[in-house]
Amino acid sequence: MSVAVKFHDIRKDFGPVRVLHGVSFELAPGRIHGLLGENGAGKSTLMKILAGYEDASAGELLVDGVPRRFEGSREAEAAGIVLIHQEFNLAEHLTIAQNIFLGHEKRKGWLVDDTAMRREARELLAQVGLARDPDMKVRELIVAEKQLVEIAKALSRHARLLIMDEPTATLTPAETARLFALMTKLRAGGTTLVYISHKLDEVEKITDDVVVMRDGRFVAASATAGLARQQMANLMVGRDVSDMFPEKGAAPEDAPVALRVTNLTVPGWVEELSFEVRAGEILGFAGLVGAGRSEAFEAIMGLRHKQAGEIEIDGRTLTLRHPRDAMRHGLTYLSEDRKGRGLHMNLTLQDNLTLMTLERYGHPLLDLKACRRALEKAVRDFGIRTGDLDSRARMLSGGNQQKLALAKFLQPDPRVIVLDEPTRGVDVGAKRDIYFLIQRLAASGRAVVVISSELVELIGLAHRVAVMRAGRLVATLGREHLNEEELIAHATGTH
Amino acid sequence: MQPAPTDAASEGRRARAAAARLVHRLAGVGPLIGLIALCVLGTLLNRDFATAGNLLNVLTRTSFIGIISVGMTFVIISGGIDLSVGSMAALIAGVMIWTMNTLADAHGLAPLAIVATGMAIALVLGAAFGLAHGLLITRGRIEPFIVTLGTLGIFRSVLTWLADGGALTLQNPLVDLYGPVYYASLFGIPVPVWVFALTAAGGALILNRTAFGRHVQAIGSNEQVARYAAIRVDRVKCATYVLLGVCVGVATVLYVPRLGSATPTTGLLWELEAIAAVVVGGTALKGGEGRVAGTVVGAVLLSVIANILNLTSIISVYLNAAVQGVAIIAVAFLQRGRR
Repeated sequence: MSVAVKFHDIRKDFGPVRVLHGVSFELAPGRIHGLLGENGAGKSTLMKILAGYEDASAGELLVDGVPRRFEGSREAEAAGIVLIHQEFNLAEHLTIAQNIFLGHEKRKGWLVDDTAMRREARELLAQVGLARDPDMKVRELIVAEKQLVEIAKALSRHARLLIMDEPTATLTPAETARLFALMTKLRAGGTTLVYISHKLDEVEKITDDVVVMRDGRFVAASATAGLARQQMANLMVGRDVSDMFPEKGAAPEDAPVALRVTNLTVPGWVEELSFEVRAGEILGFAGLVGAGRSEAFEAIMGLRHKQAGEIEIDGRTLTLRHPRDAMRHGLTYLSEDRKGRGLHMNLTLQDNLTLMTLERYGHPLLDLKACRRALEKAVRDFGIRTGDLDSRARMLSGGNQQKLALAKFLQPDPRVIVLDEPTRGVDVGAKRDIYFLIQRLAASGRAVVVISSELVELIGLAHRVAVMRAGRLVATLGREHLNEEELIAHATGTH
Repeated sequence: MQPAPTDAASEGRRARAAAARLVHRLAGVGPLIGLIALCVLGTLLNRDFATAGNLLNVLTRTSFIGIISVGMTFVIISGGIDLSVGSMAALIAGVMIWTMNTLADAHGLAPLAIVATGMAIALVLGAAFGLAHGLLITRGRIEPFIVTLGTLGIFRSVLTWLADGGALTLQNPLVDLYGPVYYASLFGIPVPVWVFALTAAGGALILNRTAFGRHVQAIGSNEQVARYAAIRVDRVKCATYVLLGVCVGVATVLYVPRLGSATPTTGLLWELEAIAAVVVGGTALKGGEGRVAGTVVGAVLLSVIANILNLTSIISVYLNAAVQGVAIIAVAFLQRGRR
């Protein structure tokens, strides 16, 4: 039994700001619908209304032809509609089984029936293809596995319409393929799926229909087969985005080596990793989640204990015990975790931007005017869109937060900059801006390391790509070998 | 959100941002409004309240807790806590008195030098205790709550042992020489009030206008982000505890000449008063944001409550702590959800 949904003239206001301007469209039952749009297009808000997390200000929502108004997510779940959030709603300290049945515990009299829940959890895990013990704590799982737990949880609520908000943002290609197989299986079982994503190649691969939204309005709906990737992108942005990537400059083969790492070993993560990156070069790092890419650079920065390894910057062998040492020698690292490690969401743009270089402004009292000038310059140079210079970082959209983060980690003027998933959760327009910025950084003689799970990005951007698998460097591909098949083969060990 | 903004929409957004800032600012001056209201109430209830003598008396009595609260503000903003400050003050007072008495018995030193040595010992001890806290918390990776809960017991029982269960009392000639540090006035303002004002002004400047202060806020707001932004988190945290220790030392230097003795009940519950002053002043207990000015208002507000109860007979003075408790909970209630 699938669920059909019809939105009719849905409006939503947050205070004086209207985020949905009368959206109308239908979702046919038993299909996979791609919901496309840039950040701020209103996709998530609309889906929250459908799943009972938000209430529409006006308009009508029809589920299977019946007008509905959900008072909360529980009511929507009772109607078979479940939303899996981009940031998971899992209690890290509880077990998989406890999470799956959280709020819906099975009981035997007054007590919870752990045996029954464990048994049922095991069945659900088998269904989603997660080979883990239901008694395992969720915090011990990797992101992809948590995703599967969320889906298992949705299945336990008998979801007939499953909404997934950017489910593959943190997944590797292999994990994404597994998720897609599961989605196809669910569809065969009669579930309607809504798939929100920025990744057009994936939308093309998995969805039956696409709906495009822009600026809180419905733009277009079509069968996926009838729409080329380029057309989707144009519809989302409202302009032509044929050139996502800048022209690749020639690889600087005779430039001096800016960063050389030899035999780096990080217990449990990285074994004998050696590589070098030259001034003016963009070096990509590919690999599955857990391959040890981020951990390697955290260890290089002094953020993580390393067992062995030699680090050389501009020909000088250095001991970096703390990120501050690394920064002093011209090396900075922007984490993949923007909210948890990149920016202070609660602080102002100015405080975020100048945090790493406050010494520059303190004589010893901070020169607040100079800080302000630095912010104004960064807003100009990096194209950060904000209505108010005094706003806090959390008020910016994902793309603008990322630009601010880039500006922050460039403030110390590093000669080597490591960017970990620089376009995660960023819309197409901002992505393009960031690619051009990375290109400019390299052109100005900096060495840039880009760690990414988006192969298209690495292929479009990097001069060379290093591929890691299970903590080891398995290949470094030059321009002539840069294609998705090669990268996946090396990353998964099927070469 | 970044759709091409229509004029109306962007105007609405700007108005909303301005309104949000206004609310934020109003919430910031909330404690001050409360203090003014209390003062008006005090004046109405008793004519003696608004006299210069009474107000200076209130400020003088606030100065111990106030000075400690300034240091506590840094610790709490960085995401830490120090439960030991009352016991620490007691132990510092005891060691100070014991040292000064011992030096006086040895006859060799001029009384002025003895008092100066006592003061120096207070500051050094405060810094040392703070450093010990900081190292146990950062290097030892123990929760600040636990570390300072432990030292709360240790400090007070060591003092009790030093005093042999009774009181350590400063010898008379030294009392006469040292007394003015608490009792004297400069331009009509008592010395402790001057020290309190200078500490608060210095604290505010450090917190808002130096790299150290900004780092303290960044760590409290999100320690991981601070670490990844190349801030030496451990050092900064240690420094906040040392700063607080020195503040406790300063407060003790002012406190000792008041009674000239240290007993097992010296500084009892100061930690709670200091933490309450910080929280009433608008600093979130979970860290990240806060103001020294707020703390000063908070400390004064709490002692004004005590003063009004003393001057009037509506509520028994024995219920002082209860009224303060109600004030703390009320302030916390008003500030919930502000972040």
